[in-house]
Amino acid sequence: MASSNGQLKRGIVRRNKWLLLRRFVQVAILGLFMSGPYLGVWIMEGNLASSTLLGQVPFTDPFIALQSVVAGHDLATTALAGVGFVLVFYILFGGRSFCAWVCPINPITDGAAALRDRLGFRASVHLSRFVRYGLVLVVLLVSYLMHDIAFEAVNPITMLHRGILFGMGIGWLFILAVFLFDLFVVKHGWCGHLCPVGAFYGLINRFSLTRVSAKDRASCTNCGDCFRVCPEPQVIAPALYPDHRLASPIIASSDCITCGRCIDVCEPGVFNFTHRFDAALESGTARQAD
Amino acid sequence: MAAKQTAFFNQGRRRFLRLVSEVAGVMALSGLALSAYLKSARHLVATAIRPPGALAEAEFQSACVHCGLCVEACPYDILKLARLEDPVPTGTPYFIARENPCEMCQDIPCVPACPTGALDHQLTEIKEASMGLAVFVGTETCYAMQGTSCRACYMACPIMGEAITMRHFQGSGQMVFQPTVHSAACTGCGKCEEACITEEASIKVLPAALLQHDIGTRIHG
Repeated sequence: MASSNGQLKRGIVRRNKWLLLRRFVQVAILGLFMSGPYLGVWIMEGNLASSTLLGQVPFTDPFIALQSVVAGHDLATTALAGVGFVLVFYILFGGRSFCAWVCPINPITDGAAALRDRLGFRASVHLSRFVRYGLVLVVLLVSYLMHDIAFEAVNPITMLHRGILFGMGIGWLFILAVFLFDLFVVKHGWCGHLCPVGAFYGLINRFSLTRVSAKDRASCTNCGDCFRVCPEPQVIAPALYPDHRLASPIIASSDCITCGRCIDVCEPGVFNFTHRFDAALESGTARQAD
Repeated sequence: MAAKQTAFFNQGRRRFLRLVSEVAGVMALSGLALSAYLKSARHLVATAIRPPGALAEAEFQSACVHCGLCVEACPYDILKLARLEDPVPTGTPYFIARENPCEMCQDIPCVPACPTGALDHQLTEIKEASMGLAVFVGTETCYAMQGTSCRACYMACPIMGEAITMRHFQGSGQMVFQPTVHSAACTGCGKCEEACITEEASIKVLPAALLQHDIGTRIHG
């Protein structure tokens, strides 16, 4: 996308630093899982639902584990420990960093968004971003009533990841459906409006350490590049255009997926990665000023 | 001023109602669709056998997270994870006895690999497993029943002489032998079904839940 700032001072790599790094991490994580079944070099066994690092450290998806518990299963210790490790990881690195850095659906929906942009599709069916939280409840309720890990019957994330590792079959149809939905029906439709997995990681995001900050918002030129590129643009304004001059520049919304695209596209360099206690200091001064 | 405020309030309220009805609508629809889909798609065909130590099917659905760790732990690549089009709940592990029966590893590596306990870790002795139960269905097709000396199933059985015996009786003029399964010893590994030389196997492993046998001392089905 061309910057509205006209002159681009930074090279193409600098302008896409976090995007490139993110794609690298996505491929690398997939590679750690694939090296086992494809090359016989076992690093990560299992898949995103539950896995083991080098046969030692367990990881289990907390939302899947919760559905299992709600469905009435008494989870074994390994899975509980796995949930613990995953929670610690995402509390450190940002709950929804799963969405931006790990989830294999992200490149698919990013692709749909980019294609939408290139083809100039403006039309998008109105759908509230709250719907996904409703779907979290629905999934848990159905799990409880049907004694089943309900969302895993249809989850395109694990379906794609499992498919790459164990054979896809016609699971491609689900992935294609997500792509087409994002392309033709709702902009950022799946990840930003429907996906209950992302919504659940968003709940973890409330407590996470890693944050994006509009630290240098004084040099913002109001070009709008960050809003255009952000998959959850509603998270930016409160930090970039605060009610109060001394209010925290930290993006506090749990919807932020910490992808770093705003950092990439901003010519004046308003944004950076930081940690939440930056915010604690800033809001401290803000409170004093009031 | 008051009119303006009322208008604003009404607009806010209208927005709120719209949001609530939208979210509630999607919730209701998706809840119904998901329940209906689960009901129709979560069936297991009788030819698909669960790994050793698998909980009873209803419990298994709430316990298995489809991670495939058991599949990757299987040294003989016998276990598969169901794909969307397979007649097995998507993502769950199974094997088809006729194609690839369980090799009954002494250390049962698939069981400790399971992180959730969908495969019961209390199963430590493979002979205690009850993946299914072999059933003799070849009264009319089995070669031994026609007086030949075929013993394919008997010879293939890893618990030879215990899980399957050849019961002999006087047929019409000649001595015939009938493979007879002893449910207390059979683990449901499927070796007999794989070995059977008739075109359609004359002995088949079926999920124990389908059968009437008392499998009291076995660990799970």
